[in-house]
Amino acid sequence: MNGQVFPISESMAPVVSNDAVNAEYFHLILEASAGMQAATPGQFFHLRCPGVSGESPLLRRPMSVYRVDRVRGHVEFLYKVTGAGTRGLATLQSGDSLDVFGPLGRGFQMAPETRHVLLAARGVGMATMAPLAESAQAAGARVTAILSARSPEFLMSNDYLKSVGAVTRAVYDADGSSDMPHVEAMITALHAEQPIDLLATCGSNRLLQLVKQLGARFGIPGQVALEQHMGCAIGMCFCCVRPFRTAEKVTYRRVCCEGPVFDVQETLSW
Amino acid sequence: MVDLRVQIGSLTLENPIMPGSGTFGEQLASVLDVNRLGALVTKTITADIREGNPPPRIAEFKDSVLWSIGIPSKGPVHYVETLVPFYRQFTPPLVASISADTVEQFGELAARISVPGVKAIEANISCPNLKKDGNAFAMDPEATEQVIRAMKSATALPVWAKLTPNVGDITVLARAAEAGGADALVVANAMLAMAIDIHTRRPRLGRVMGGLTGPATKPVILRMVYQCAHAVQIPIIGCGGVSSAGDAIEYMLAGATAVQVGTASFLSAGTMLKVVDGLRDYCETHHVGRIRDLTKAMVGPQEVRLEDALTV
Repeated sequence: MNGQVFPISESMAPVVSNDAVNAEYFHLILEASAGMQAATPGQFFHLRCPGVSGESPLLRRPMSVYRVDRVRGHVEFLYKVTGAGTRGLATLQSGDSLDVFGPLGRGFQMAPETRHVLLAARGVGMATMAPLAESAQAAGARVTAILSARSPEFLMSNDYLKSVGAVTRAVYDADGSSDMPHVEAMITALHAEQPIDLLATCGSNRLLQLVKQLGARFGIPGQVALEQHMGCAIGMCFCCVRPFRTAEKVTYRRVCCEGPVFDVQETLSW
Repeated sequence: MVDLRVQIGSLTLENPIMPGSGTFGEQLASVLDVNRLGALVTKTITADIREGNPPPRIAEFKDSVLWSIGIPSKGPVHYVETLVPFYRQFTPPLVASISADTVEQFGELAARISVPGVKAIEANISCPNLKKDGNAFAMDPEATEQVIRAMKSATALPVWAKLTPNVGDITVLARAAEAGGADALVVANAMLAMAIDIHTRRPRLGRVMGGLTGPATKPVILRMVYQCAHAVQIPIIGCGGVSSAGDAIEYMLAGATAVQVGTASFLSAGTMLKVVDGLRDYCETHHVGRIRDLTKAMVGPQEVRLEDALTV
């Protein structure tokens, strides 16, 4: 009916800027409606990506929020150009508009008494957790972020995370510091320094497995943001499922609406 | 003022637009005003609880989408105790889609979900008949008639038969469903298809074959609606690749009384309302007072005689 307000909406968001960050990554800033700015850490939008050189994706593409800037009224995305959808996104320029649907999904859940959040991410996975860093910091928690990348030029979000008060530790494939035993030792030392009470990860199956192990060993809750190809992104089409294990059984869950953030202990390798 | 109402047997719809089964859910009420739809068709349920098919469940093409979902189902108790009460807050009639492994189970499930709040039952008969070597009920006229008859004797609600397009002559199946007592036909389900990843040489779907939907299927399903409309007396609900009011009007002109929108709602959640608005605009522009007058209103092709060409 007229005047009825819906929490999820489809709207045309003007592009403020869409700049290349390095050879592979772009940073897209959109002018956002109040509804878009209501996105919470870990939520995503379903984007209608423009077509480029004859390939126009039929389905929308899910994209997690990198930042909600409520002062300027912006929603930002950090993405790696990998397929038809992101190639199209990379063509957007200031003055264009992008058809966005959202905010969608169940994001990170942080207990109010949380004191030390450890984020561990690979590449652009950190973009998904940046809003969690910001809100955890605002809620008075200490935030430590371990950023894993091939080499320093592919390090993502370091400056932004520092700007919101997170302590960042970069590890690289180039010098071997991103090896799991080393990252495990880092997290163990950080936990000894000040107990970690929330582990969050995104973008790497190896980091997920490590967070799962350490979470079980130290009794710390862990959350992971997962990806999957999506159709509707609101739970109707059931195509974006992944297998999960609960106490009773192994079951398929929809990444779009039962996630994209899940309890690490319920995830399975596949 | 355009009269958008249409009649599907004993059921009056405020307009001809409704979701295709499997492309609608409670979530859509968070996005749009579902009271503006002609009917609410829910995702197929089975009597047992099912997890559905292994991923990948989706493959995308330029103008179509290939699905292998496999009817994940929470069963009739969840449907009757949770979904039916949820949908009672809305005004459009609720249509429950069901599927089963045998003729008898179709009847039993129809009886179990015939509760206040459900206004019609759609029979998803495009699934394997376990008592007939796993061939889909809807590919077999005898099984189609038996399923519809079993459901009709188990419930007082209208029964809609959703046909499969994966047959040689769909009119044979349309007549079988009508003979079984169907109150309407839904034409049609997804088209059996597959795709292979040439780099990994694996099928792109976890179950190899799946159902193709989306804009590319429209001309094929439109042809089937046209054929069925000339084969049966019961109303036809067109379903295949509708994403605009123009598509819906085409289906009506070919013989459909109402139209389901599916894949297009995934691309833009507001598609169904856009189609309803577009139907009203079309009727106003073309001075159509009652939208039901569009059903089967296609006129014949322009007559061309070779002799006349000589005289020009």
